[in-house]
Amino acid sequence: MDTKLVLPGDLIGERKGRRFGRGTFVEGENVYSAVLGIPRASEVEISVIPMSGVYLPVMGDRVIGTIKSVEVSGWTVDINSPYTAFLPLAEAVDEYVDTSREDISRFFDVGDVIFCRISKVTKGMNVQASMRDMMSRKLFSGAILNVTPSKIPRIIGKAGSMVQLIKQKTKCDIYTGQNGLVWIRGDDKAKAIETILMIERESHLKGLTEKVEKMLG
Amino acid sequence: MGKKSDVQLIVDGKRTDGRAPEDVRPISMRLDVVSRANGSAEVSFGKTTAVAAVYGPRTLFPRFMQESDTGIIRTRYNMAPFSVVDRKSPGPDRRSTEISKVVRLALEPSIFLEDFPKATIDVYVEIIQADGSTRVTGINAASLALVAAGAPMKDMVTAVSVGKIDDTLIVDLNGTEDQNSQSDVAVAIMPRTDRITLLQMDGVLTKDEVMTVLSFAKENCHKINEQQKKLLLEKYTGE
Amino acid sequence: MENYALELIQKGTRIDERKFDQYRNIEIKTGVIGPAEGSARVRIGDTEVIVGVKMNTGTPFSDMPNDGTMMVSAEFTPLASPDFESGPPGEDAIELARLVDRSLRESKCIDFSKLVITPGVKVWSVYIDIHIINHQGNLLDAAGLAAVAALWNAYIPKYENEKIVRGEPAGKLPISFKPITITVGKVGNTLLVDPVLEEESIIDAKMSIAIRDDGKICAMQKQGHGTLEFSDVDKMIDIALKKSEELRGLI
Repeated sequence: MDTKLVLPGDLIGERKGRRFGRGTFVEGENVYSAVLGIPRASEVEISVIPMSGVYLPVMGDRVIGTIKSVEVSGWTVDINSPYTAFLPLAEAVDEYVDTSREDISRFFDVGDVIFCRISKVTKGMNVQASMRDMMSRKLFSGAILNVTPSKIPRIIGKAGSMVQLIKQKTKCDIYTGQNGLVWIRGDDKAKAIETILMIERESHLKGLTEKVEKMLG
Repeated sequence: MGKKSDVQLIVDGKRTDGRAPEDVRPISMRLDVVSRANGSAEVSFGKTTAVAAVYGPRTLFPRFMQESDTGIIRTRYNMAPFSVVDRKSPGPDRRSTEISKVVRLALEPSIFLEDFPKATIDVYVEIIQADGSTRVTGINAASLALVAAGAPMKDMVTAVSVGKIDDTLIVDLNGTEDQNSQSDVAVAIMPRTDRITLLQMDGVLTKDEVMTVLSFAKENCHKINEQQKKLLLEKYTGE
Repeated sequence: MENYALELIQKGTRIDERKFDQYRNIEIKTGVIGPAEGSARVRIGDTEVIVGVKMNTGTPFSDMPNDGTMMVSAEFTPLASPDFESGPPGEDAIELARLVDRSLRESKCIDFSKLVITPGVKVWSVYIDIHIINHQGNLLDAAGLAAVAALWNAYIPKYENEKIVRGEPAGKLPISFKPITITVGKVGNTLLVDPVLEEESIIDAKMSIAIRDDGKICAMQKQGHGTLEFSDVDKMIDIALKKSEELRGLI
């Protein structure tokens, strides 16, 4: 893996009509890094994967959230960010609920953990979450690991290969949220956690997959 | 306080601590000194040591302070009671209140605050040992901590002090020089674009001297910035 | 949000049609406060500041036993602007007081050695209190001007039997310079002096420069959220040098 690092203000390249994504900014035709991280340039986009930083929600992200409060017609969800997400009733429950007569905490209550999708983010960082898809669900028991959000793609691996490997070898259920949270449940939870923390520490170094394989035996 | 130049501070071209006028004291820098902060750093210029920690972006309370279209930065510059010879009584005073403000304004132009509306980045600077040039040392530590915290930034911020003693312009004043200087100037710049983000000057200088002081500051900020960058890159490429 | 002040500046003009290097009308009245040993009421346009000088006795600093002392404070009273709140001085008031303090102290305009009653034991303390009456922009330049005018107006009261005899002058306060603070703002590529409130809100950054009678600079401070180029500082000092002479002539 290319370990060339850039710092805020470092020139990454010319824009040449490409999109400039996360971790970058543009002055004239030049694209600069806004963070300490690893630059990624393709034919359509230039971005920088940051080495650190808190999670700022982007539409489409899959995150792990904790119900913070139950409102009249939805839930406020802690998404491990300076911003909370609002999960409207209609984005979470298929059946008809008469909110004037029924308390919706029977679906999700304070402290419940969910795997959901960021469905809307306004400019002022009002965030909406949704569970209207096949992957979203409530997560029961299990441990939650907090890692640097930018390391999540390395934990998932190419087409999910890395996380599949860990799941297989440790017989654990694992959900990864782009907000830096990893939910783990299963027999060899300790081994899985150990492996994920190692990936977080060494995600920018070479030979990661081999090291993981060795670690999991 | 009173600037007296009756004390001889440069003898045979050497300063009280043996430096030449243009020399900066030995600089040491390290990262990750505060575990729970999003980013932190400790920087020493000679005996002056500053620790900086960055928290955030995080939710801003009280809520009435929130700005719907931009984030904010808050700073606190504080001197430990034991950092100086005569114990400093703890807590903010007029001097630290002003310095907290100028440190904030020195860092603010480097950060994309608009990326985190309604939230805050909190920067805390503690001077644990003071021997002159504390605010610039604090700014250098804070800038390292901000990058380490992953804050979105246009550039780093690097600072240095320049002064005049015995009619000679000097770089990086120590405590004795600061107390007896004819003038002292604190400067911070964003090195990539050479933009000034902090400039505070005391004492008496001609315009030409001010402009020379600024060119000294610029040159030295670039050198210090190279050290800052090296340290940050080593954090992830070392070992 | 559209800002007409900004639009006008980009077109080369200002809200009140002044030139970029032109102050609003300046009015200085001294000796306006009876109980104070020195005072001045300064108006720059609608901006209005009163400075009172009170002479008290006190102990000298241990490292300067043969010098009198000075203390500058500022109060941004809530009557002067909806942006000001009651309570202890905030960050902006403290910064303003300290900037005025430095311009006076660093210029050495007051001869503190002449403010000694008993060496090492008792000296005169000069209290300079800045009171904002009307905030319509450029408070610092107005406060600086009022402070210098009040000091030039100030006297040392008679001191008899270990007591200050208020209202009876024993001599003038020993003052020799008139340090003048000029704040130059930057909006886009335009440099301007004496911004009104609407202009202050769009200024990228500004530099306050205190200048002595001999044209030497005795304090500088960059203010505002933005940045300055090195060439800006060069031009700002030139503007300040020119304007400081003009303002000094008014005291």
